Amino acid sequence: MVGRVIVVTSGKGGVGKTTAVANIGTALASMDKKIALVDADIGLRNLDVVLGLENRIVYDIVDVVEGRARLRQALIKDKRFPTLSLLPAAQTREKDAVSPGDMIKLCEELKGQFDFIIIDSPAGIEQGFKNAVAPADMALIVTTPEVSAVRDADRVIGLLESMEKSEGKLIINRVRTRLVDRGDMLSIEDVLEILSIDLIGVIPEDENIIVSTNKGEPVVNNGNAPAGKSFLDIAKRILGEDIPISLHTEKESVFSRLLRFIGRKGE
Amino acid sequence: MSAIIDSIKKLFNREPSSKEVAKERLKLVLIHDRTSISPEIMNEIKTEIIDVISKHLEIDMNGIDISLEGEENSIALIASIPIKGLKRYNKKKSHN
Repeated sequence: MVGRVIVVTSGKGGVGKTTAVANIGTALASMDKKIALVDADIGLRNLDVVLGLENRIVYDIVDVVEGRARLRQALIKDKRFPTLSLLPAAQTREKDAVSPGDMIKLCEELKGQFDFIIIDSPAGIEQGFKNAVAPADMALIVTTPEVSAVRDADRVIGLLESMEKSEGKLIINRVRTRLVDRGDMLSIEDVLEILSIDLIGVIPEDENIIVSTNKGEPVVNNGNAPAGKSFLDIAKRILGEDIPISLHTEKESVFSRLLRFIGRKGE
Repeated sequence: MSAIIDSIKKLFNREPSSKEVAKERLKLVLIHDRTSISPEIMNEIKTEIIDVISKHLEIDMNGIDISLEGEENSIALIASIPIKGLKRYNKKKSHN
């Protein structure tokens, strides 16, 4: 087995990198792929809580790098998805506890056991970013339709190009159709025109994300959540399926549409 | 009354939507971002240009100004290099 290493990165913080890693990873695991999720955000670990695995951490990535634990001991198996494992970040260390060389070595070992290794990069373009990107065969760049997030994505795309990371693909997160329609939010086309990079998925703004993150459950578990469906689409595209890009929206029942029309259920 | 006039004005003399404003601002800021080269590389370019030119011309080292400038959608390297004088052919030959 030779697994592929995917890094999820963005430049700007808070655009949904960790949520994307958790959900794309879970989606791929639900399709019987063997997945290792690696939290490279040392000092600010969060992938564990988004996945609901925070109580099961014994060893972390720095323990493995410094030889206190075997990789096998540090990997946490997700009981809900038997083919999904997490390598947590260290919480009480700093980014320089790990080097790009350590990350490459670590991923070489993981490649023998997993189909995909998905790395959650920290925000920024410093050491932590360089560590996360070093072993990657493919980069998923997450942005939102906002000036600051798109600007940072452009910077990261430029850096990845200069590192000769050939395959970079864009995820546009938190798209609000109603705002786009009335001309108050950059559209998918606007963002693509500015960044000129391949698109791999579009995620609508979805309250289900907040609910599922509260519970420590990935949103792909929820078959009705538009964001969940969108992450499943991305997983399928990673596997090579040709699925047209579309923005999933919440299915509204005739009854609730009627209520909204009458005005009792306005915004 | 003025509110009505305002909305009529808006109707005919449409203000750009906030997303159009965002897009324009982004395009401008990215032109700047994409052209910014680190000072080290800029210095390297500068010394290499000086090396080449000073083989043939005598340059006023204090008056050199080399920078990148972005206009609309294009970028240009603008160099202003004052020349003190031409080096004579035989002067160059005397180095051999």
